[in-house]
Amino acid sequence: MKTQSNCSLEHSLFLRRRRRESIVVQLARFGLLIAVLGIWELIAGLKLVDPFIISSPSRIAVQIGKLAADGSLFYHIGVTLWETVAGFVIAVVLGTGIALALWWSERARRILEPYIVVLNSLPKIALGPVIIIWFGTGSSAIVFMTVLVGIIVAILHMLGGFMATDANKILLLQSMGASKVQMLRKLVLPSALPQFVGMLKICVGMAWIGSIMGEYIVSKAGLGYLIVYGGQVFKLDLVMAATVILCALAGAMYALVALAERILTKK
Amino acid sequence: MNEQTEKTVLEFDDVSLTYHTEKGETLAASHLQFAVREGEFIAVIGPSGCGKTTLLSLSAGLLSPSAGEVRLYGKPVERGNAHIGYMLQKDELFPWRTVEANITLPLEIRKCNTPARRAAARALAEKYGLGGFLKHYPDQLSGGMRQRAALIRTLAADPRMLLLDEPFSALDYQTRLNVCDDVYEIIRQEHKTAMLVTHDISEAISVADRVFVLSARPARVVAAHEIGFGEMKPLERRKDARFSAWFDRLWKELNL
Repeated sequence: MKTQSNCSLEHSLFLRRRRRESIVVQLARFGLLIAVLGIWELIAGLKLVDPFIISSPSRIAVQIGKLAADGSLFYHIGVTLWETVAGFVIAVVLGTGIALALWWSERARRILEPYIVVLNSLPKIALGPVIIIWFGTGSSAIVFMTVLVGIIVAILHMLGGFMATDANKILLLQSMGASKVQMLRKLVLPSALPQFVGMLKICVGMAWIGSIMGEYIVSKAGLGYLIVYGGQVFKLDLVMAATVILCALAGAMYALVALAERILTKK
Repeated sequence: MNEQTEKTVLEFDDVSLTYHTEKGETLAASHLQFAVREGEFIAVIGPSGCGKTTLLSLSAGLLSPSAGEVRLYGKPVERGNAHIGYMLQKDELFPWRTVEANITLPLEIRKCNTPARRAAARALAEKYGLGGFLKHYPDQLSGGMRQRAALIRTLAADPRMLLLDEPFSALDYQTRLNVCDDVYEIIRQEHKTAMLVTHDISEAISVADRVFVLSARPARVVAAHEIGFGEMKPLERRKDARFSAWFDRLWKELNL
């Protein structure tokens, strides 16, 4: 609340210390990255380890440049991004919807509980062959895999949020004669907003796992395809380049969700 | 106390309630028989776990009696009855709503969210010192202010019978005495009938026209006392010589 002009000396010293500390953290973060890249480059450049085995930052950069030049970079990014985002959106929407239905009906909840538990524990990759047979080898198979990986987590997380609605607040609304729809709109949905945001964050990670896993099993394009292909023909530069791009994309998508969180939870 | 207060608002007619769980059944209330008159302030005390909250749930129609009948203005009470305003131990304000949106919540739920009713609710908030806080969020208010906002919310839909479930017990001692005074004043000024349950004997004496003493489970009304302080405010009552006499007497009855 206080402005800079009327704060005490002690407070301005405190602020200065805080600022200095955050500058140190920023510099150290950046320095760490530079150091790792530098050592990596050095080991490869001095042939301490064959760069054919470990690649190097400069070779990765050249590789990315080559992919960008022939246009295939954006094609592969586009394919993976589309699969991931489509799978993410479907998992979030469908998962939240199913969680709502389960909140609504205690009987449905009790009937479906063991199935959800089993599906949650099942490693989804075991369904790989089934998915290929059902959906073929195109993008739809990978989107399906992505949905599969994310949806159970989305359901369980949101159901947990809905069921944790404060019992006294429910009682309060009941005393006013609230219908179940009113209960949902006025209380259950708004109070589960933090869980929803948490679920979005988890599902971003799940969606990338799903899409890359899907591309490992079956694909003709995408970053996962590039990684698998690069591994098979022993082109470590390609594997590393695709991995670096993947890191950047996953980070960017997480940042988008964090932005959505700030907008959603702002009063 | 005057002629028109003889009208009965709430009536328990030989009410019993049994709770059922898979482990068995529990008789929670047994043959409750009493009437609350218009404008009366009733306090209900009883040993912990005796079913005080059950009594309120029955009054609000949230629970149906296993036997007997609960009547409000002569008719069996049903859930969501427009004459009932229920106030809980904690304020239960919704943190994502402003104070104003919180106090108009009952209007939304009861589908009477007209500009006139909203204006009346705002006027009530202004009258009782919340005018400057309407656009604030609950977490910006002190505990006492929050409880006052909860009371205004309870009053917003203009109920005639208030049910108060230990509404001060979550507050610290000093705040509790002040809020208790506040709530008493507001309920009197707005001419509401009220039934408050509490485990705090002195709180019961300081607000009530009549005190009902409940037995341990299954709850029965073992005594009903006219306290006879009239319109005296809670803090004045606490200073009165009769206060400690009542305290001793109720204390003994509770520990029988």
